[in-house]
This record gives sequence, C-alpha cells and structure tokens, in this order.
Amino acid sequence: MADDEIILSELDDEELVAQMFDDLYDGLKEEIEEATHILLDRGWTPYDVLTKALVGGMKVVGDDFRDGILFVPEVLLAANAMKAGMTILKPLLAETGAPRVGKMVIGTVKGDIHDIGKNLVSMMMEGAGFEVVDLGINNAVEKYLDALETEKPDILGMSALLTTTMPYMKVVIDTLKEKGIREDYIVLVGGAPLNEEFGRAIGADAYCRDAAVAVETAKAQVARRHNVGAGAR
Amino acid sequence: MTDALSRLLETRDWLLTDGATGTNLFNMGLTAGDAPEMWNLDHPERIRALYQGWVDAGSDIFLTNTFGGNASRLKLHGAEGRVRELNRAATEIAREVADKAGRPVVVAGDMGPTGEIMAPMGTLTHEAAVEMFHEQAEALKEGGADVLWVETISAAEEFKAAAEAFRLAGMPWCGTMSFDTAGRTMMGITSAEMVKMVGKLPHQPLAFGANCGVGASDLLRTVLGFAAAGPERPIIAKGNAGIPRYHEGHIHYDGTPELMAEYAVLARDAGATIIGGCCGTMTDHLRRMREALESRPRGERPTLEVIAEKLGGFSSAGDGTGADEPAARRGGRRGRG
Repeated sequence: MADDEIILSELDDEELVAQMFDDLYDGLKEEIEEATHILLDRGWTPYDVLTKALVGGMKVVGDDFRDGILFVPEVLLAANAMKAGMTILKPLLAETGAPRVGKMVIGTVKGDIHDIGKNLVSMMMEGAGFEVVDLGINNAVEKYLDALETEKPDILGMSALLTTTMPYMKVVIDTLKEKGIREDYIVLVGGAPLNEEFGRAIGADAYCRDAAVAVETAKAQVARRHNVGAGAR
Repeated sequence: MTDALSRLLETRDWLLTDGATGTNLFNMGLTAGDAPEMWNLDHPERIRALYQGWVDAGSDIFLTNTFGGNASRLKLHGAEGRVRELNRAATEIAREVADKAGRPVVVAGDMGPTGEIMAPMGTLTHEAAVEMFHEQAEALKEGGADVLWVETISAAEEFKAAAEAFRLAGMPWCGTMSFDTAGRTMMGITSAEMVKMVGKLPHQPLAFGANCGVGASDLLRTVLGFAAAGPERPIIAKGNAGIPRYHEGHIHYDGTPELMAEYAVLARDAGATIIGGCCGTMTDHLRRMREALESRPRGERPTLEVIAEKLGGFSSAGDGTGADEPAARRGGRRGRG
C-alpha cells in the first residue's frame, strides 16, 4: 500500500500537521520527533510547532478520551509521543521566551499512593502547553505549601483514589485558607471516588472527572483569572 | 473439587460475600495516611471485629484486609519487606473467625492491584508483577485462605499476571475487574472482552466478575454484559453502595440498605452467583441483602430500564458492548496492520 510509505519531509506544511495529528493519535513517537524537526527546519517558531501541531493533535486525543473512544493505554502512548516532541521544543521555547499557557503544581495527597490518574493529568496538561511540576504521591500539606511558594503556579491540582484519603484535600485547602493564600491559586481536584459535590464541599474551584476535563477546566479557569486580573488593573 | 468455595457453589445457587473494608476501617479510626494492612498486626481486635461483622450479617465469603498487601503498595509505607507477616496475620485472624462461624464461611485472601502501569505502556513487567502477586499469594495461603481473590484490576495484563501467580501458588481463585470509565475498565476493557480474556486463562478462576466502579446501576449493566457473553464460570457482583458524599468531615455513600437489597436481588436476576458490596457497604446493607436474597423469588433478567428505574441512572450512555456506541477511533492515513 502506498499509504504505508508516507515520507514526512515531502508533505507540505498543512499535510504534515495533519499527519502529526494522526501520528500523535497513534502514539508514533519517532514520527513526531521527525516531524517536529522538519517544521523547525522550515522556519516554524517553536511556539507554533507546540500549539499548532502538538497541542492541536493532543486536543483530538483528549476529546476522544473524554468521549469514551480512546482509553488510558492509547492516551499514554499519545502523551509519550507528544513528550518526545516537547523534549525537542523545551529548550528552544525557553530561549525564545514564548508565552506561557500556565503552570500547575500537582500531587496525590498524603496516604494515597495512586498515581496513574495524576500522571495522566500531568501528561495531558503538558500536552496542552502547561508547565507541570509533579510532586508525586503521598504529599503532606507542607509539601504542597513549599511547592506553591517556590514554583508560584497558577493551579494546584490534587488527586486521591481512596475514600480514606480524599478528605485530606480539605486539610490542604483549609490550610491555604488559614494562611490567607487560598485565593492565590486555582484548586482543581480529581480521582475515582470524587464527584462535583465533594469538590464544592471541600472548597475546591472545580472537580475534574478525567484528564481531558482537567485540561479544559484549567484553560477556562486560567483565562477567567487573566480577565479578572486585567479588569482590576 | 475440594476447596471450600467450590463445595458451597455446588450446593447453593447464590452466595453472599462481604462489603467495604476501607469504609469500615475508616469508621473505626483509620486515618488518611495509614496503611490498613498495618492494623493486622497493630490492631488485630479491630480486624477481627470487621470480619465478625460480615459473618454475623450473613456473609458466606469474606475478604481479608490485605488489598494493599503487595510489595509495590507496601513500599509506599516503607513496608515492602513485610508482605509475608502482614498477609499471614490478616488471614490467620480471618481463619479463626470463619472456623468459629458454625456454618461454612469461606476466607478469601484479598489482593488489589500493584498501582503500577504494566509494560509496554508502563514500567512494570509481567515477570515482576507475577513475582509480587506470587509473594502475596503464598503468604495468604500460609495464613489459611480457602481461595485467593484479586480485585479492582483495570488492565488485562495485570489480571493475567495475578492468574499466573495463583497457578504458581497452586490455589483456587476468584478475580474481578473495576469498570469505572464509560462502562469499561480504566484501560478500556469491556465486560464482553473480560469474559473472553478469562476464558483463555490456563489456570481458570472459580468465579469472575466486577467490583467497585461507579455505583450499583453501572455494576449491574456490567453483569448483564458478562451474562450476554455466555461465560462458563459463575459471575461475581460486588458493587459500591451508591456514590460517595462528603458530609461534615466524613465520607459516606448514599446507597441505603434498601437500595442495596434491591441491587442484590437484581444482581442475581441479572446472572450473578456471588453477590456482595464494595465501598460504602456496611453490615446493615449486607444484612438486608441477605434477607432479600432469601425471601424474594428469582425474577426475569432485568433490562437496563428496570435497573435505572430501581437503582438510578447510569454514568454513561453505553458500555462498549452495544450497537449504539460512540464512533470508533479515528483512522489514520498510515496503514495500521
């Protein structure tokens, strides 16, 4: 089949980006690396490669994940391919001072060792162009506070997979309130046993059902903050 | 057929298993951050009370407090070297409680997932997973478990690794997966796919099924999916008592004992033989489930409409087994073998 013999370098820009969407969808890491280099060689800015090709492609993956068409294994492969492209772009983005979508500190709460869902959110957030600082599992409130102070993120993300650990999210949020810094951050929570009502009850800004929803919510919340901030000035 | 569960399955057409370990231990004072398995040694009287509660409520089978008792999970509490003692302790207490019950009660040595993603997507190899499950399986066997019971699994590879470990330990076993993502497991397995996968295992389980997930309605939809695929083994239904709600510092599940009684009867009608609860299911729920299973006659296999009417709606429109499913994954322009 002729289709098997796609030569990336022979495609024009538009076809190449379309092919990158397909290749991200199929989790083809080497093809994504090659295409990223080709676009850069053709004079694309790193920021355009990121947003138009990689983030655009991951949006399709995220949508199909949200809609129950793709599942975790496919998303992991796609995120892995995306990450390979990001590895090429990251130093270049730093050099060119490209605009930042936003920054997130994320971690699974104390007593909870589950990280599949959290890792997925991290990857999808990176896929959407966010900078992500991953604190890993089993985080006490002090760990979150330290990270908020040093990283100064827009968003704090907390994950829990157990009914026994999900109340700890409230401990963290209450501590932020005590210190008077709760409003400095967008707090997003997620995990299998959680729901919207729980998110509201503990004082989070939003509960995110899955990684795709987390990305959408993060974008919307960051945009709203920027608007509010601009209005205040 | 010499194991206790096979004997019960021969004489009875439904069996009641237990409810929630985590929710109960939390109510007994377990705090976020504690590994429940530590209590097998630190608070054996509480674990005994947990087990005794199930037996008194009418359980034919109960699971040991060893869900997180594999090396991968215990490592997060710096206790990866204590797999044997923690699993043995849990099972020895269970054995005592079961043997004093005055009727046949099966001790199921509980095993949860490793919490890691298996290769090639993740880093956990089949060999390493088998080794971890095998270590735990041997300890549960030593402690006196009648059967081993792996649950809340989302990847077929991990389920197979557990099955392999049970073969190595020479133990009869049961296994359930958790269908929590649009009617599939997190890794995308449908109920029909699980039946196919289980059918091919070299070391067959005594029974297989679903646990946890999203509420009682979804779980029964999964049971209907199993039944429609024509499995050769008895089906297990172990659903949550509703959805977790947060109230004044505590989590409680909104499924009432009445609802769970209705769920138990519907589960049997849907084709399940081993019926129990998962998160949020307390002894009151279980007692009502037992009463309902004993007093109410079998009915027709319920439709999805009947389930939704009696237990509430589903979390997603489909579960990957029907015709009215979302579009299939997009086709790329590269040939995909």
